[in-house]
Amino acid sequence: MTMNEAEILTGLGEIIDEVAGVPADQVTPDKSFVDDLDIDSLSMVEIAVAAQDKFGVEIPDDQLKNLKTVQDVIDYVRKTGVSA
Amino acid sequence: MRLTEARPGTRVLAFGGHQPARVVTNDELAVTVDTTDEWIRSRVGIASRRIAGPDESLADMAAAAGGKALAASGLSAADIDLVIVATCTAETAIPNVAATVATRHGIAAPGAYDLNAACAGFCYALATASDAVRAGTSRYVLVIGAEKLSQWVDWTDRSTCIIFADGAGAAVVGPVTDPQAGPGIGPVVWGSDGAMADKIAIKDRNSFLTQEGQAVFRWATTALHPVAKKACELAGVDPTELTAFVPHQANLRIIEAIARKLGAPQALVADDIVHAGNTSSASIPLALSRMIERGEIGSGAAVLLLGFGAGISYAAQVITVP
Repeated sequence: MTMNEAEILTGLGEIIDEVAGVPADQVTPDKSFVDDLDIDSLSMVEIAVAAQDKFGVEIPDDQLKNLKTVQDVIDYVRKTGVSA
Repeated sequence: MRLTEARPGTRVLAFGGHQPARVVTNDELAVTVDTTDEWIRSRVGIASRRIAGPDESLADMAAAAGGKALAASGLSAADIDLVIVATCTAETAIPNVAATVATRHGIAAPGAYDLNAACAGFCYALATASDAVRAGTSRYVLVIGAEKLSQWVDWTDRSTCIIFADGAGAAVVGPVTDPQAGPGIGPVVWGSDGAMADKIAIKDRNSFLTQEGQAVFRWATTALHPVAKKACELAGVDPTELTAFVPHQANLRIIEAIARKLGAPQALVADDIVHAGNTSSASIPLALSRMIERGEIGSGAAVLLLGFGAGISYAAQVITVP
């Protein structure tokens, strides 16, 4: 079953709150992980791992480096989830 | 043919640690490579590390740590019949470090060998020492983890030179002699995966240590907590009964992530990396000896050890504090 954008955003907000301590309400699609949410590359790995558990979508390191904003992750999860 | 008489259980009698005198702070590194104290603390959790001088060899550090453990054990050199040095930074291919260290302490004609399982080395050595005592092939074993990583680090590479450091830690392992006491060293859970051999490597004698930080971080934060839990299960100790968790001091972020997934919120988590850096096979006994010295963990306490690193290789066991 494919999740919709709002569901992925909610799930992502929970993950980022847990991994990086950023309140979920600050996690909006336009936010950049590095510039707006102060999330570094190691936390991005933790987010990718948690996203795999939550959404069933694997985000390998070579893809992870291209995901700069919250919207990028939402798009990746939707795209990969649909084709899977 | 006959076999030696097996013993039911083993224990650690004492720990000892040794660090070189020279402290290298993050600010000092920031003079020569493009980094900052804040960056290093937030990414790796290190504030300072110890680096050996040109006159302090790996064998010097190993012997110093081994001497402290031996003195604290109350045994004499004559009691030791096996010496194992876990290291991945031996200065010579032959001779090994173990025989040299044994002779320096006047341990006459012991079995002596080096063991290389990189940062998992101490847990591997502790397990093999324990098995040797249980099988009856040795009675008292001096186990040492020692590294001089500073010799293998590119001091112009900001991704590795901020992490690795020098030091040694040791333990004396022997049989359980009190018939009322249970075993003090639990079953080891160990493994490896050569498919990830290139993730942390020193490719040849002329190369520096290289590490794919992100790949190692992903592996360490996802694959190791089941190993740690399995070691608890085999020892019959629930994670909630652990007094402390002493993982290899690789990176504070890795340590915290594994600790979160272990399900042992009450356990004191070793953070020796803050002032010791990553000393590979030395990090676990160094952290343990310091926690015991400071009175943070008392005699009889159950402590989970977890070594992991290049190979890749990993090993975990529960021990009781001497």
